[in-house]
Amino acid sequence: MRLGLVVDLDVCVGCHACAIACKEWNASGTIGPLTDYQPYGAEPSGVWFNRIRSYEMDEYPNNKTINFPMSCMHCEDAACVTVCPTGASYKRPEDGIVLIDQDKCMGCNYCSWACPYGARELDRSSGTMKKCTLCVDRIYDQELPIEERQPACVLTCPAHARMFGDFDDPDSAVSRTVRERSGYGLMPELNYSPTNQYLPPRSKPVIPIGPKPKGGLKESIKQFANKLVRR
Amino acid sequence: MHPAFSVIFFTVASGAGFGLFSLLFIADVFKLGGGFSREQLVIGGLIALGLIVFGLLSSTFHLANPKNAWRAFNRFRTSWLSREGVFAVIFMPLALIYLVSIWFDAPTWLRDTSGFLAAILAWITVFSTGMIYACLKTIRQWNSPLVPANYLALGYASGSLLLLLGAVVSGLETLPYIAMSALIMSIAAVLKAIYYFWIGSPGLSPTINTATGLTRAKVKLLDTGHTHGTFLTEEFGFQIARQKAGLLKVVVFVLGFALPGLMLVWVFNQHGGEMAAIVAVVAGLVGASVERWLFFAEARHVVNLYHGAQRC
Repeated sequence: MRLGLVVDLDVCVGCHACAIACKEWNASGTIGPLTDYQPYGAEPSGVWFNRIRSYEMDEYPNNKTINFPMSCMHCEDAACVTVCPTGASYKRPEDGIVLIDQDKCMGCNYCSWACPYGARELDRSSGTMKKCTLCVDRIYDQELPIEERQPACVLTCPAHARMFGDFDDPDSAVSRTVRERSGYGLMPELNYSPTNQYLPPRSKPVIPIGPKPKGGLKESIKQFANKLVRR
Repeated sequence: MHPAFSVIFFTVASGAGFGLFSLLFIADVFKLGGGFSREQLVIGGLIALGLIVFGLLSSTFHLANPKNAWRAFNRFRTSWLSREGVFAVIFMPLALIYLVSIWFDAPTWLRDTSGFLAAILAWITVFSTGMIYACLKTIRQWNSPLVPANYLALGYASGSLLLLLGAVVSGLETLPYIAMSALIMSIAAVLKAIYYFWIGSPGLSPTINTATGLTRAKVKLLDTGHTHGTFLTEEFGFQIARQKAGLLKVVVFVLGFALPGLMLVWVFNQHGGEMAAIVAVVAGLVGASVERWLFFAEARHVVNLYHGAQRC
């Protein structure tokens, strides 16, 4: 099994709900707490497993805003695990999830240097590295109804921009979607083989934004009346 | 990269310690300049071990959870950080056997074998220190064979200056020590110059386009999604102005190589003697520290692409 996420960049609206749901679930999960520093102060900061950035692609008038959620990619060739000196970081052979044993981590930051995606963040209060667990304490929970055995970010996404599944199964929903929509992994030139895949924004016709055509006498009277009312 | 002072101090001090120890062994085997006496060898060896131990201890200060530091020997098979620790720990008893066999006039085979093995392990340990950085594909300025070469050359250069000071203080014939130091320092300076030239051009490195996969058009950052800073901006956001970096490179070459080189000439001409050797050591170590600071400051991690950098 090779579990991972698919993020649809065409659909993501950048609402940060996945990040909030992630924080909510994991703060009380097996790897919690996710410490906040000065949450109500002048310089709020803290540990998050999922961060959403926004980019602008191309230039006006063809520009498009892309909201870009990023969490651990659960790479097949996970350099963060290779470089870890203590053995705290490990990749589970059964499902490919990369995890950190909080009891073994010495907080040397070396794994975060090896990660190109910024997935790992040090928790200053516990002195240990923390990262996305793919909600490992949720996806196998027999107490939950089967449709809820998914990562918190996937369940909460109001735009359905996120999918969770097994990439080793060529007929799974994630594999099929990635095939159909030409999904891709980030920074492929580093050869980390990230499991998480991103679906590119669809090409859509440009919406014309020239001056509006005139509507004749009726429209002019209407506009004049509107101006009067506004005054 | 954020330059952590504990790591800078650790790499400079332990590099100089390992360099001093290896060169002390060579000086002992070949009786350079008449050869150090028993006491002088042991004192020199203890100074080298002191630098190494002090450096290793200071490296634990940058750990956020030092109580688990002992676990760092666990992943010898994959992690260069782990290997460095293991090699440093194997080095220690061998170095001590060497010093003890000098002190108690043990048979030559024991003295030479333990010294030789310790010198090899010193080389391997400093190489491992360099490889900690060189194996990271995420930082273009570090992912280069020049990095372990620089670590070794600078460690041995600092060690050779310390050894020269020892030779001057002990009243030995200084010429072989000056020659050794001049040779190692020249190699170190040339390697460093090649390194600075090499990292000057980005070559085939990741861009914001490959980082986001949006390769069909120009991409720029609109919003980072956080209001203040994050662990990522603290650890990787550090940036040094190009002008300041250029100035510091001049400092590295003047303090780290030119001034000690001038002092070698002074020692050769018997001007100043001890004072010149002390100036050489201090300038060399300060130069190496500036070099190490710059090594971190100039490194640009690819995660900066997600924070708006167009290229790293």
